[in-house]
Amino acid sequence: MLKLIGKSLVAFALVLSAKSYASLEIVITDGVDSARPVAIVPFKFEGNTLPNQRIADIVSADLMRSGKFNPIAATRMPQQPTNSKEIDYQRWMKQGVEAVVTGTIREVGVNRYAVRFELVDVFKGASGGGSSSAIIGGQLTTGLTHILDARETTISGDQFRQYAHRISDIVYEKLTGERGAFLTKIAYVLVRDKADFRYQLVVADYDGENEQVLLRAKEPLMSPAWSPDGTKLAYVTFEKRQSQIYIQDIYTGRRSILTSFKGINGAPKWSPDGRKMAMVLSKDGNAEVYVMDIATKALTKLTNHRRIDTEPSWSPDGSKIIFSSERGGNPQIYSVNVASGVTERVTFEGEMNLAASYTPDGRGIVMVNRTNGQYNIARMDVESRYMQVLTRTYLDESPSIAPNGSMIIYSTLYGSSQVLALVSMDGRFKARLPAANGRVKSPAWSPFL
Amino acid sequence: MNLNKVLKGLLVAVPVLTLAACSSTDEVAATDANTGANTNQVVEQGLSAEELLRQQLEALRQDNTIYFDFDQSAIRSEFASVLEAHAAFLRARTNITVTVEGHTDARGTPEYNIALGERRGQAVTQYLANLGVAAGQMSVVSYGEEKPAVEGNDESAFSKNRRAVLVY
Repeated sequence: MLKLIGKSLVAFALVLSAKSYASLEIVITDGVDSARPVAIVPFKFEGNTLPNQRIADIVSADLMRSGKFNPIAATRMPQQPTNSKEIDYQRWMKQGVEAVVTGTIREVGVNRYAVRFELVDVFKGASGGGSSSAIIGGQLTTGLTHILDARETTISGDQFRQYAHRISDIVYEKLTGERGAFLTKIAYVLVRDKADFRYQLVVADYDGENEQVLLRAKEPLMSPAWSPDGTKLAYVTFEKRQSQIYIQDIYTGRRSILTSFKGINGAPKWSPDGRKMAMVLSKDGNAEVYVMDIATKALTKLTNHRRIDTEPSWSPDGSKIIFSSERGGNPQIYSVNVASGVTERVTFEGEMNLAASYTPDGRGIVMVNRTNGQYNIARMDVESRYMQVLTRTYLDESPSIAPNGSMIIYSTLYGSSQVLALVSMDGRFKARLPAANGRVKSPAWSPFL
Repeated sequence: MNLNKVLKGLLVAVPVLTLAACSSTDEVAATDANTGANTNQVVEQGLSAEELLRQQLEALRQDNTIYFDFDQSAIRSEFASVLEAHAAFLRARTNITVTVEGHTDARGTPEYNIALGERRGQAVTQYLANLGVAAGQMSVVSYGEEKPAVEGNDESAFSKNRRAVLVY
């Protein structure tokens, strides 16, 4: 069984790499055996101008990349139904498939397509969930329990990828009860050693498609951070032979300088309400954590210690900032109450802990843990302080959490190059996103858009 | 150390040349003796002052990197003579400024390494300040792990990347 899954995966990966134009691809390295088998049947097309994107392939790739699902290859499907009425439930049961997505794409005008899909629960369908359904005006009108969702929407030719991610979001939420994060983006820094402008700040769809270069620079770019509304990035440049924090609007490209103090201007992180920026400045001699009111530029100093304090990150409610500090010897994670300034130590395990951030529900803290000289991504339960090391890759850094808390994207070393990698919050699913051209670092996962 | 010999020679020549640019033939002759340059005209003497500075800077640039132990920012004793040479130059040339770039190896996180790189840069400027270099002549910029000198991820690469570089 495992062997079979492995083989189908290899086939799948090949198809993906052949079709993908983006520089980031995915190689799943662990965790497929625990994923739930589902099937996204190729959508039936009615019309003359075939769209250049295949919805079923995009949805399959999304669900597979979530680590929770193992979409079976089209060649292994017992049949290729185009709607729920055509489904032979017993055959899908035998295949062990839990849920099936069927759909059609109808060309309804110049560059206009009506896309209709149904998400069907195989086990409920097999136990006689009903045999007829009706969709009127895009709404499912009968209460059939085996049809988990059904919709019809008209889109234009350039919206196929986006709408496929939307279907993935719906399927994921119906099957897991958790919001999908397939319509999100990642920002990252691409380093091309031989290029004239070696450093590029890139924003892409979460799956690496639709790359958009926001900035090219001859000097390093660091620390991209999303505004909570997903319209801006804060980042650090060295264009002036010193570090400076900039804010750039992703859609207009306009940017403005936020800080340019003597010494370090680094590690910007927006507060959850978008009004303040946590950052690291060394204008008074060494690295300390500050909060700046973005509108007034008023600064509040939150740490004051002669050892290094850095890597601030907000709690989801904005009341606390966790940060890395060397005050106890090696770097560990501390927490400071933004209003009172009361500080406490958070981590005690491992030789050092760095780059911490809260999970969106506030119940976990994800960080870089060093144990026996190995730098790996770890997750700590806030209440019990139980720490679990999630990865086994080499020199992991810059973990960033998906807005639904399901997955962590981080930078790691593979072979001799820095690449992005994914690990699920439970550590079971692992994948690599090797870049075709250059080193990739400092990933930042966007909020829900 | 070779560099030190060259530098000492050059440093002695500095005040002489400055004077030479003002007038007297005796001093010009002294300059010729020191530099081996053939300088009878004022214009040429001016050029050779520039040339001398260029040579001094070139010599300093040949030996401008201080290496550090893992996660450390203490100056190892083997780099004392290099820093003394730079300090002597900066003391003599108070109009010249130096930027000390702090760097780290790839281990640890980028933000932590920015702070560590700055601490290395500051260790160098503190050392130079103790040797009498004015604070206003020195600045520090930390690039953390962002600009490795050597690609690679073994100790031999790491040890070459944990460094501070004096840039004029």
